[in-house]
Amino acid sequence: MTDSFDSFSSSLDAKGGDKDLQEFLMVEKQKAQFNAQIHEFNDFCWEKCVDKPSNKLDSRTETCLTNCVDRFIDVSLLITNRFAQLLQKSGGM
Amino acid sequence: MDNISSLSGSQKDELMDQVKQQIAVANAQELLTKMTEKCFKKCISKPGTSLDSSEQKCVAMCMDRYMDSWNLVSRAYSIRIQKERSHM
Repeated sequence: MTDSFDSFSSSLDAKGGDKDLQEFLMVEKQKAQFNAQIHEFNDFCWEKCVDKPSNKLDSRTETCLTNCVDRFIDVSLLITNRFAQLLQKSGGM
Repeated sequence: MDNISSLSGSQKDELMDQVKQQIAVANAQELLTKMTEKCFKKCISKPGTSLDSSEQKCVAMCMDRYMDSWNLVSRAYSIRIQKERSHM
């Protein structure tokens, strides 16, 4: 999906492009990325938090899902930062 | 694609609508695929000769809960993005 966006946008760039269209595509691309991320989060947080499906999500499951998203982002930030530090220490690349 | 910069206003609107629609379709497809996979896993432990009524009930509930979960995750993610933005 993102690939087709990119080739579309770059074909606009190459031709001097159209401001409205470019802006529109950028916004839509961001929305699509946001959505893709939610699909991914929901995929593994569902596995972690939801037991047998019942009549509604109980509050424990809801808390688990919310925490799952936040902790995943924490871990992602932590690893990114630490990895950057490691790269710097090792003389940088 | 060749004359993309010489589109008229209404052609542009049409193009934008089409893009939006295609994204919406792709999104729905993704949700459908995921839901099928997840609810099959949760509700059908031993595939029998037909979907029995308890399995059907389970799948129906599972679908609803999966969408609840999707909305919850979406909200949590938006809140987090807003929080991160205000820190920058």
